[in-house]
Amino acid sequence: MSSTPFQNRLLKSLLAAALTLGALSVSAAAQDAPAFTDDPAAKGDTPEAHQGYEIAARSDRTDFGFGDSRVDATMVLRNAAGQSTERSLSFSTLEKVDETVGDKSLVIFNSPRDVEGTALLSHANILDPDDQWLYLPALKRVKRISSANKSGPFVGSEFAFEDFTITELNKFTYAYVGEEEMDGMTVDVVDRFPRYERSGYTKQRSWIDQDIYQARKLEFYDRRGALLKTLTLSDYREYDGVWRAHTLSMVNHQTGKETDLVYGDFSFKTGLDEGDFVRGVLQRVR
Amino acid sequence: MASTAKNRMDAFAVFLATWMIKLRWLVIIASIAVTAALGQNASKLEYSNNYRTFFSKENPELQAFEEFQGTYTKNDNLLFVLEPKDGRGAFTNETLAAVERLTEMGWQTPFVLRVDSVSNFQHTYAIGDDLIVEDLVENARDLTPEELQEKRAIALAEPLLREQLVTPDGGVTAVNVVLQYPEQSLTEVPEAVAAARAFRDEIEREFPHLDVHLTGTSALNNAFAEASLDDFTLLVPLMFAIIIVSAAIALRSASATAATTVIIILSCVTAMGFAGLIGVELAGPSPSAPIIILTLAIADSIHILISMRRAMRDGLEKRSAIIEAVRINFLPVGVTSITTIVGFLSLRFSDSPPFQDLGAITAVGILAAWIFSITLLPALLSLAPIRIRPRAAGEARGAAMLGLANFVIRHSRVLLVVMGLASATLISFIPTLALSDQWREYFAPRIEFRAETDEAIQHFGFYPIEYSVPAGEPGGISDPAFLQKLEAYTEWLREQPNVVHVYSFTDIMKRLNKNLNGDDPAYYRLPDNRELSAQYLLLYELSLPFGLDLNDRINIDKSATRVTATLDGYVTTERVREFLRESEQWFADNAPEMAAPPTGPQVMFTFIAQRNVESMISGTTLAIAAIAIIMILSLRSLSMGLISLIPNALPILSAFGLWALLFGEIGFSVAAVAAISLGIVIDDTVHFLSKYMRARRESGFSCADSIRYAFETVGVAIIVNTVVLTAGFMMLVFSAFKINMEMGLLTSMSIVFALILDFLFLPAFLLLLARFSGERIDVKGDSYVQHAFSKQTA
Repeated sequence: MSSTPFQNRLLKSLLAAALTLGALSVSAAAQDAPAFTDDPAAKGDTPEAHQGYEIAARSDRTDFGFGDSRVDATMVLRNAAGQSTERSLSFSTLEKVDETVGDKSLVIFNSPRDVEGTALLSHANILDPDDQWLYLPALKRVKRISSANKSGPFVGSEFAFEDFTITELNKFTYAYVGEEEMDGMTVDVVDRFPRYERSGYTKQRSWIDQDIYQARKLEFYDRRGALLKTLTLSDYREYDGVWRAHTLSMVNHQTGKETDLVYGDFSFKTGLDEGDFVRGVLQRVR
Repeated sequence: MASTAKNRMDAFAVFLATWMIKLRWLVIIASIAVTAALGQNASKLEYSNNYRTFFSKENPELQAFEEFQGTYTKNDNLLFVLEPKDGRGAFTNETLAAVERLTEMGWQTPFVLRVDSVSNFQHTYAIGDDLIVEDLVENARDLTPEELQEKRAIALAEPLLREQLVTPDGGVTAVNVVLQYPEQSLTEVPEAVAAARAFRDEIEREFPHLDVHLTGTSALNNAFAEASLDDFTLLVPLMFAIIIVSAAIALRSASATAATTVIIILSCVTAMGFAGLIGVELAGPSPSAPIIILTLAIADSIHILISMRRAMRDGLEKRSAIIEAVRINFLPVGVTSITTIVGFLSLRFSDSPPFQDLGAITAVGILAAWIFSITLLPALLSLAPIRIRPRAAGEARGAAMLGLANFVIRHSRVLLVVMGLASATLISFIPTLALSDQWREYFAPRIEFRAETDEAIQHFGFYPIEYSVPAGEPGGISDPAFLQKLEAYTEWLREQPNVVHVYSFTDIMKRLNKNLNGDDPAYYRLPDNRELSAQYLLLYELSLPFGLDLNDRINIDKSATRVTATLDGYVTTERVREFLRESEQWFADNAPEMAAPPTGPQVMFTFIAQRNVESMISGTTLAIAAIAIIMILSLRSLSMGLISLIPNALPILSAFGLWALLFGEIGFSVAAVAAISLGIVIDDTVHFLSKYMRARRESGFSCADSIRYAFETVGVAIIVNTVVLTAGFMMLVFSAFKINMEMGLLTSMSIVFALILDFLFLPAFLLLLARFSGERIDVKGDSYVQHAFSKQTA
């Protein structure tokens, strides 16, 4: 099908307008958000710690200004005997206002049917227990869950809730380990140590590529320092400069259980704001 | 003519012995070289530390348990029991501080998956619409007496803690460490247990008011290896000493004893090398293989040495005496070795791999002993400085044995009746024998696990029975109808005798329902709506701490849930079987769609004896058939071959009967004893009957005189043999394993009974047969002295 000159001109001007708007909104976001907050306690005081921190910061800050995102996901749980089950859920995330606090997120469960509409609102905190509210449709009530557990399994998966928030820069201290080749990429290997005292981990080792600065692999070490889980992040896709992995595979080496978290397409800047992440919205989200 | 075969065999024996003596240096060097080459594999031997070793891969109970463990969290554990000695109970600042400290330490155990204690128990409660999830005890040292009381009340009211981690009186508490081993190396379990022991010792040091006992399935697994090592390092050297002393007494010659020692050492080394070569993991009965080999291997040597001694006493010079000894023992030694090998090889039919290994290792050891005693032994003896004074003229030989023979012949009818009745009486007790396999009792009190567990079971249950109760469909466990039935089953379980604790998901559901309804006690009941249950479950999943997930209790698609009933540590196997039957009946009556097979180590051990008896029926039958054929061929008489089984079956059955009378119950080693015993006790019959037949056929003796001849020629050897065998198997009574102890004692009883019956019953039976065929019995034995005299002067 051929297009008329008029249509071409219209498209071009629309495109220009969109680009201008996009640029404006990014700069607006950049102006709204205070400058990056380097927490000296997270940064450490050795050269390795500094270098590790810098690499982690560069990675973490690649999605700076994403604003908010929405995505549907499927979680496939597999046990050691090879049996599996699926859950589908939707995540909405609001970018943190600055690096001294965590992201806010809303998880809505779509299946299995008997938990459909159950919604979990979470305000992540850097060094304190997260604030969580759960809406139970069958009970028609919102319950605030006050728990210091961040490392427990998230709805039976091999992910802990704290594993979703892997890019909270100031939650950790760092140590640069070295450079490696991985799947044809050059990656930086950085160890990071949770500062949250109730964390289930003593150490995480991350592999961050030097091309788009994204985490490709993470290893989680338990309180005894033994390897507990490995997370592989793959299928990275770019959304206006923001990269998101679409397949996250977590393998628990101690129990032989696995969870795949497969994301659909992300939508960014969907117009969510603080008001969409308060307890009151939970009953309306369905 | 029948005796040509005999002559040919005699000729071969003479030829063999002659050449072994001629080539003695070559024989000695070759024997040592072959043994060393095979024996070096013994260094590959390892001790198993997994109770699952006792079950074959085909064992249905093991398979069910493996499947269960693939679905739910594995339940290898270490349980610390903390017993305050100050009488103030567990809910004091000090004891709770110790619990907190031990919980923290527990997380440092190698291969730890989860630590559970009263302190890190996730206590949930409601404040308005807030659901609080927190450790039950934090900073125990700072708690006020009121707070301590409150914690105590919460713990004692909590079905997941009461009787599981705290006693109902709040007096004793426990910390449970759940482990998941990679199962890559045999060092894993000892590593975890060593760490746990260090924690225990440290807690006892830091908190002197506490007694800490360490048990659990990992401690059990570790005990298997420790007990095997204990047996190997304690009993084997002791057995060597005993065997050497007995040989010295029987042979009254240092160099003959030395030669015998060489034979049995080489046989043992060969067998253990073979075990290493085929990759045996020693466990339970298999480490006692050397003890059994030592015991059995010496018999061949003793028979040859006693014959040599006799020949020298009769005036032969040493070399001719050796050849003569090999000649007259060639057949009996061969036959007895083969029957014993057959007995042990039948253990290959056992369902329990350690018994299969014991069978294979011992069979190889006996084979080696047989070969060495007719090759290496003559070579060694020809070098040994053995001097035996020929008997002075007129000096009687075997006078005592001849006296015994005459006694038996004189009272043969009475003996037949008395022995027959005594055996029948003992045998009539066999039906009262109960099969019992309580793995706590598998270990002697000197094994740490046993001592610690005996303490622990005074406070907590010990034997968990697991059920995976199906709900029919994915998510089905939230169905109110299912939950109600599960609740009914849980309540039924709690009413059963010996059931100390029941871990059921319904308790969690009820607690959540209460919590989410503002802690209103009226809501401590199951939700009546599927969505509500499912959403509670989701909430519960979100609140679980590190290392715990729902899969510990609920399968992955929520179509089944696990119920654990813990039985007390004193329960009998009989009672466990009854409990399992009743549970099956409950399902059949109330919820056939939920019928779940029981599983877990306790279930596996409950059926281990039955499985082994079943599997050994074919093995034992085959052994009996093979031994009967061997007897028929070697005695060259169908009737004699079959008759020979009687004085061998009776003592074994009598031993079982006596055991039933004395002890009433026995573990799964019972399955192995019949075949092993038959292979061993028949040896005496072989020696006795082969001499008897020789006398009848070659010398044309009467029945009575042949009996006298048999007594006179092999009576002493049979007694010596019995003493050595009994000593050897009695040695197993000191084993750290109950199964070895039972096997040893029961086999010893069979051997002693076999001696009695061989001496008092078999001759009487032969005389009875002779009478039937119209032979006149010479009761006085005057003609026999004539025979003997004419033979000596010939």
